[in-house]
Amino acid sequence: MTEIDWSKPRLLAKNIRKNFDDRQVLKGVDLEVYPGQIVALIGSSGSGKSTMLRCLNLVEELSDGQIWLDGDEISRPGVNEDEVRADIGLVFQSYNLFAHLSILENVKLALKVVQKKSDKEATEIALDWLGRIGLADKANQYPDKLSGGQQQRTAIVRAVALNPKLLLLDEVTSALDPELSGEVLELIRDLKNTGTTIVMATHELGFAREFADWVIFLDQGVIAEEGEAADFFAHPKNARTKEFLTRVI
Amino acid sequence: MSQSEISQAQHARETWRVSRKRRSTLTAVLSTLAFAVVAWLLLVNTPGWSRVQTSFFDWDTAVKAFPRVLDGLWLNLRVLFFASISVLVVALLLALATTLRNPALTPIRLLAKGYIDLFRGTPLIITLYLVGFGIPGLRIEAFGRIAPEILGTIALTLTYSAYVAEVFRAGIESIHPSQRLAARSLGLSYSQSVRLVVLPQAVRKVVPPLMNDFVALQKDVGLISVLGAVDAVRGAQIEVAHFANFTPYILAGLFFVLLAIPTVRLTDWLSARMAKREQMGTVL
Repeated sequence: MTEIDWSKPRLLAKNIRKNFDDRQVLKGVDLEVYPGQIVALIGSSGSGKSTMLRCLNLVEELSDGQIWLDGDEISRPGVNEDEVRADIGLVFQSYNLFAHLSILENVKLALKVVQKKSDKEATEIALDWLGRIGLADKANQYPDKLSGGQQQRTAIVRAVALNPKLLLLDEVTSALDPELSGEVLELIRDLKNTGTTIVMATHELGFAREFADWVIFLDQGVIAEEGEAADFFAHPKNARTKEFLTRVI
Repeated sequence: MSQSEISQAQHARETWRVSRKRRSTLTAVLSTLAFAVVAWLLLVNTPGWSRVQTSFFDWDTAVKAFPRVLDGLWLNLRVLFFASISVLVVALLLALATTLRNPALTPIRLLAKGYIDLFRGTPLIITLYLVGFGIPGLRIEAFGRIAPEILGTIALTLTYSAYVAEVFRAGIESIHPSQRLAARSLGLSYSQSVRLVVLPQAVRKVVPPLMNDFVALQKDVGLISVLGAVDAVRGAQIEVAHFANFTPYILAGLFFVLLAIPTVRLTDWLSARMAKREQMGTVL
């Protein structure tokens, strides 16, 4: 397992607020993520987990707050959002593989178009990643011919192949049955071992307890409690956290 | 599965299904026959049937008019070929223009929208007259005398590209926003996500409605005859005048129907295939 580098944060978010019309979804959330760390965002549906991830990836416009990636403020006016997004991978609950492309082409697309790699190089990288998740022999299949677990692993690999500084996973196992979830969680575990920095919104509390370094409990748009995984689950302090944990586990 | 393996209950069910199917086929054949006979009797008993028969369905006239009408049809086919290509190109550009977001390109987006509104609203025949008699009326020396079939092709392109642009636009809008979101989150720009992710899927989705517009275009190429191009319709008109008999029109009509049937069947087949795919649960 790679060590976490505590010298300076990979991602720093301060006072993140997001309103949809007059509904406040995030009411000032702070976040610090260090290289190699896995941070788990937990909380009930509607607590703002997904919105938080979307704000970090700039696919959602902030209502207030600032975000730094490796010391660069990515929330400053006039930032090239496309470049920032290429550095921050985001994977969705519904996979969102491109339906008209084979899974190989899915992984290759941004390598070629965004990172300007040659077709040969992109193919090598993509096949290498598909090989790691055991799908090299299905490289030319279209997404609708694959299981949900295979599609989701491809979607994660599509993001990781770009070698992002930060990987955001938005409830990537919520649409999968326990067996397929297991495949996907195994991939996340492998990524952790290779030093990928991950922020994941998840309902997999067992996985969070075992593999996350830091757990954040979001409740109604604010951080109700956060802490090291083992401590967080063993000794929740906040009443809302206790209630959530007893309800879920 | 062979007979010996199935249960008594299944055997009874299958026998019943077969007999029910046989009976419904028989009913369909009989009712169609009855309908045809009644329609035929009603037609031949109209007071003027024998005169209509000689002036619209005269075999000798059909045979004599055949070469000229067929010759005209060849012109229709050529116009159809070039019009289809130019319609697709212009329509795709128009549809893309309406999705532009860059504020500097606002005039292009507005022009495209205005164009689509204008030509969807204008009757084709009026566009044909405007182009067919208006452009030559400008007396631009460099063009010389422009053949009516070329002017007709331009008019058809103007009208049909407006329709087809709307089909493309609907296709673009039918692609779930999550596809674009996924593309953007990988770092693709807005235009890259449209060009590489949305458009390829949109085009596939709109193939059946596009084919439908193609069938309509197949018939409407006959309208270039109003500009004096000697196509199948105009050829038939000449023969009608020559023989004082309407049969050549029927002949030209038959040609157009024969031309349309393969496309219509292909459209049905494609639509059915796509519906089946969607029911099996393609992603998004």
